[in-house]
Amino acid sequence: MSTVAVIDYGMGNLHSIGKALQHADPQTRVVVSSDPGQLREADRVVFPGVGAIRDCMAALRNLDLIPLLAELSASKPFLGVCLGMQALLGESEENDGVSCLGLLPGRVVRFAEDLRDGDGQILKIPHMGWNRVHQTSTHPLWEGIPQDSRFYFVHSYYASPTLPGQIAATTEYPVPFASALSMGKLFAVQFHPEKSQAAGLKLLANFLQWNP
Amino acid sequence: MLAKRIIPCLDVDNGRVVKGVKFVEIRDAGDPVEIARRYDLEGADELTFLDITASSDNRATMVHVVERVAGEVFIPLTVGGGIRTLEDIRRMLNAGADKVSINTAAVFNPEFVREAAEKFGSQCIVVAIDAKKATPHPALSQGERGSSCWEIFTHGGRKPTGLDAVEWARKMVDYGAGEILLTSMDRDGTRVGFDLELTRAISEAVSVPVIASGGVGNLQHLADGIIDGKADAVLAASIFHFAEYTIREAKEHMASKGIEVRL
Repeated sequence: MSTVAVIDYGMGNLHSIGKALQHADPQTRVVVSSDPGQLREADRVVFPGVGAIRDCMAALRNLDLIPLLAELSASKPFLGVCLGMQALLGESEENDGVSCLGLLPGRVVRFAEDLRDGDGQILKIPHMGWNRVHQTSTHPLWEGIPQDSRFYFVHSYYASPTLPGQIAATTEYPVPFASALSMGKLFAVQFHPEKSQAAGLKLLANFLQWNP
Repeated sequence: MLAKRIIPCLDVDNGRVVKGVKFVEIRDAGDPVEIARRYDLEGADELTFLDITASSDNRATMVHVVERVAGEVFIPLTVGGGIRTLEDIRRMLNAGADKVSINTAAVFNPEFVREAAEKFGSQCIVVAIDAKKATPHPALSQGERGSSCWEIFTHGGRKPTGLDAVEWARKMVDYGAGEILLTSMDRDGTRVGFDLELTRAISEAVSVPVIASGGVGNLQHLADGIIDGKADAVLAASIFHFAEYTIREAKEHMASKGIEVRL
């Protein structure tokens, strides 16, 4: 039986993602933990997160998880979700600028004020709801998920990676931004697969089968 | 682009889904988990549970309902009704809710919204506003009456507060609300459509998404809420509970009016 560990560092609701992973593959053992031993033992790791980036980085520092995240993301299938994606980049504009993990080159930036859609309507921030995810690379995590499927988003900041080759999907609001990134054993998504019904559960099931 | 959302609302009283007419008469509509599952299959974009149980003894029942739904339905879940403390929020999020909706407690203590947003993030803090069209004071001249205004009510629409709805919505967003759930008390349960003027006034006043609620009687009302009310999401209860329309039919209707929906 393989094990997936959800990193518990006090940022947001880990129950949802735990339940969704269990539902996606009842054969996998799901552990929610901040214990380095348990995280190292797991076959796969999910790095979730909601909230503000400064609190997120502070929590990771307090639990001494920063070096471990670098190790885990290089050594086993690793899925960053939402704030858990943003934290992987070099720095974020949020909270007047916060240094992040730097595991993926690039920055996290805020949606511009006064964004408008094609009809001139002001677009609300946070970008909240179901939007299309356009797969820009073939990847085992997209297996069986139709191109341009909708996933559930809720965020005001997004990743702007330095290397376009690391973009695995884009989403428009109204300009395209990177909604998924990949590098080796690391995959990261801005949307919430655990809240994205069938498409989300499929992505999680794919992650639980992924052996890079 | 981002789809406009349809959110069925389940009013839960002591573990059962009910729907009141103008917040009074109550009809039983079934088991929350069963109904949630059906809505999910039909393509609901989110679900909102409003705990209308008055007594705190039954709060544990609601936590249990949320736990059961969250184990089976993988779309965003919002829980409202009786959310008064940070501990209430934590309990609901731990049970599997993604957002909580705060109403009365926000009016009595706006700082609560700020604390909640700081603690849990704006993305999970919905401020629910129950608004009713205010009658201008008879002493005012025609000019002074000006444009429409709406007053906030609490306690399920029973208590007036003297607060202006548009100003209140702006203030709540400043305090960290990530979304506004706006209910017209004049329309709730009437099935004559949303108060579009109110919806538009609030939606244009704030930067965060607004969910229109109160008064839906047919599918065109949902489309009107988006197109004329400028809402980002529409919430309805009775038209879905009693199986008059499915969520799918509602989305197809909205799509036929040029609204982007998730089908």
